[in-house]
Amino acid sequence: MISIRNIDYDIAGKAILRDVSLDMPKHGVTALIGPNGAGKSTLLSLIARLLPLQHGRVTVDGHDIATCDTAALARILAILPQIQDAAPRLSVSDLVAFGRYPHSRGRLTDQDGAIIDAALAAFQLTDLRNRALDTLSGGQRQNALLAMIFAQGTDYLLLDEPLNNLDIAASRRLMAQLRGLADEQGRTVVIVLHDINYALAYADHLVVLAEGRVAAMGNPEEVVTDDLINRIYGTDAAVINHNNRRIVDVGP
Amino acid sequence: MRSRPVAVLCVVLLLCAVLYMTLGAKGAWSFVIPFRAGKLAGLVLVAVAISTATVLFQTVSGNRILTPSIMGFDALYSLLLTGLVFFLGAQATIQLPPMALFGLNTGLLMLGAVLLFGTLIAQTRGDLLRMILTGIIFATLFRSLTAFWQRMIDPNEFQVIQVASYARFNRIDTDLLPLASVLCLGAIALVWHRRRQWDVLALGHDAATNLGLRVRLETVFALLLVAVLVSVSTALVGPVAFLGLLVVSLARLVDGSETHARLLPIAALISGITLVGGQLALERVFALSTPLSVVVDLLGGLFFFFLLLKGRSR
Ligand SMILES: Nc1ncnc2c1ncn2[C@@H]1O[C@H](COP(=O)(O)OP(=O)(O)OP(=O)(O)O)[C@@H](O)[C@H]1O
Ligand SMILES: [Mg+2]
Repeated sequence: MISIRNIDYDIAGKAILRDVSLDMPKHGVTALIGPNGAGKSTLLSLIARLLPLQHGRVTVDGHDIATCDTAALARILAILPQIQDAAPRLSVSDLVAFGRYPHSRGRLTDQDGAIIDAALAAFQLTDLRNRALDTLSGGQRQNALLAMIFAQGTDYLLLDEPLNNLDIAASRRLMAQLRGLADEQGRTVVIVLHDINYALAYADHLVVLAEGRVAAMGNPEEVVTDDLINRIYGTDAAVINHNNRRIVDVGP
Repeated sequence: MRSRPVAVLCVVLLLCAVLYMTLGAKGAWSFVIPFRAGKLAGLVLVAVAISTATVLFQTVSGNRILTPSIMGFDALYSLLLTGLVFFLGAQATIQLPPMALFGLNTGLLMLGAVLLFGTLIAQTRGDLLRMILTGIIFATLFRSLTAFWQRMIDPNEFQVIQVASYARFNRIDTDLLPLASVLCLGAIALVWHRRRQWDVLALGHDAATNLGLRVRLETVFALLLVAVLVSVSTALVGPVAFLGLLVVSLARLVDGSETHARLLPIAALISGITLVGGQLALERVFALSTPLSVVVDLLGGLFFFFLLLKGRSR
């Protein structure tokens, strides 16, 4: 379980997060939604110790992230940041191989090789493995970064808008893979999404962040209502029922 | 297959070294050999120190245009040396063994590097323009302060610091060689030992943190190593502006794999060939009086322009 207690975070005197406390259940997919600038990326970066905590406490599987060994944490938790500027001349397979660094410190074993090959295959990258990142399309690059995170093989995965640049097939494939990780391997996935329909279709747990505070959380089907979308986003998209599933109708 | 460039470069460097030792030797071999061997060792040491410092600095600063000398590392070395002479007085400095002065100054440079460049990198990593500007301001400031102090020091004392003000490959300060070799080889061994960490560090703060690297700590450590290497090269031959940029950019052309395990040796070999081969050509073959540093800086400077214009900073 990821447990977050009383997080406040300021940048240059401006409040970015205020009194955020929540638990993200183990063995499931938690979706984090909220308007642009709500603080989702900041929250994820704090959990993954990319930013230093200013106030409050975060534990992952009982490890306090402020005090636990960062190299050990890298074997438990991985993050895909929203903005990635990994070395552009790196080849796809070299990038994915970095995912094994926390385990083998750069001396790849045969087992690491197999994990890397599997990650490449899972993201349709086998044929692109020798290409440099800056020669790939946006979606292919996103897949390469995802493959690296998968290769890291951690129990906890934090993904900040992983569907960026992915087409509908790749998006659905990724969401299904994440469900598989949660259901079959008992991993814990936290994913920032903008498309609420993906959250409704694939997440077990939903956290809504607005203006740096938790605005709602719980079962996606129950949390997402016309009223919520109106209140949080200030737009009047309707939530409709279709084949016993809730869908946000984005039409005018 | 992948080790072929390294093998070829090794052979070329060896050839240059042999020619450097033997070509145009007049007089007894028993004199020529040790005399030239000292200079050759100095050249190779400087070459490796500069290329390694440049690779490492580019890794921690996240770009491939900046080098320690462009950012004012060696200007800071000269400034600290001048400051030492100024405050201790020439009498005291001359009485100090040269090695002690060198050691003291290296320590100061390590401190200064972490304080100045540690904060700079933490704040501007990825912002090339701000880094270059700050580097230019640093370097200019250090040079003016050095010039200012040097004017206030009387001419006898000036002798002591003059060595640190301009590059000269033909008159290497071989007195310092023992300590310089120990420091340089020690630093290079540490850099090589941590080559896989540097690969991860090159991915940038977030990706490296995700992979479990303590980025701040590694950056400070890298800057300390850069400071030692710059001290060695500046003490032996004086400041060299663009050699590092030239040889590391060439090394990246020779090998695109981006791993430090390959980049470090290839850059070191190219650097060695440039210095030993260049000195050989100028001194022995063409008997030119043009200092090698002028030629290297001219070529390196043009390359710097080319890289800036092409915008291949990352
Ligand atoms: N370095 C920074 N300096 C100043 N303000 C910042 C900085 N980083 C983030 N912010 C501010 O913090 C707030 C939260 O940013 P954050 O990136 O966490 O939002 P987000 O919920 O991820 O938004 P998005 O959906 O657009 O990705 C925003 O108002 C943003 O402007
Ligand atoms: Mg964001």
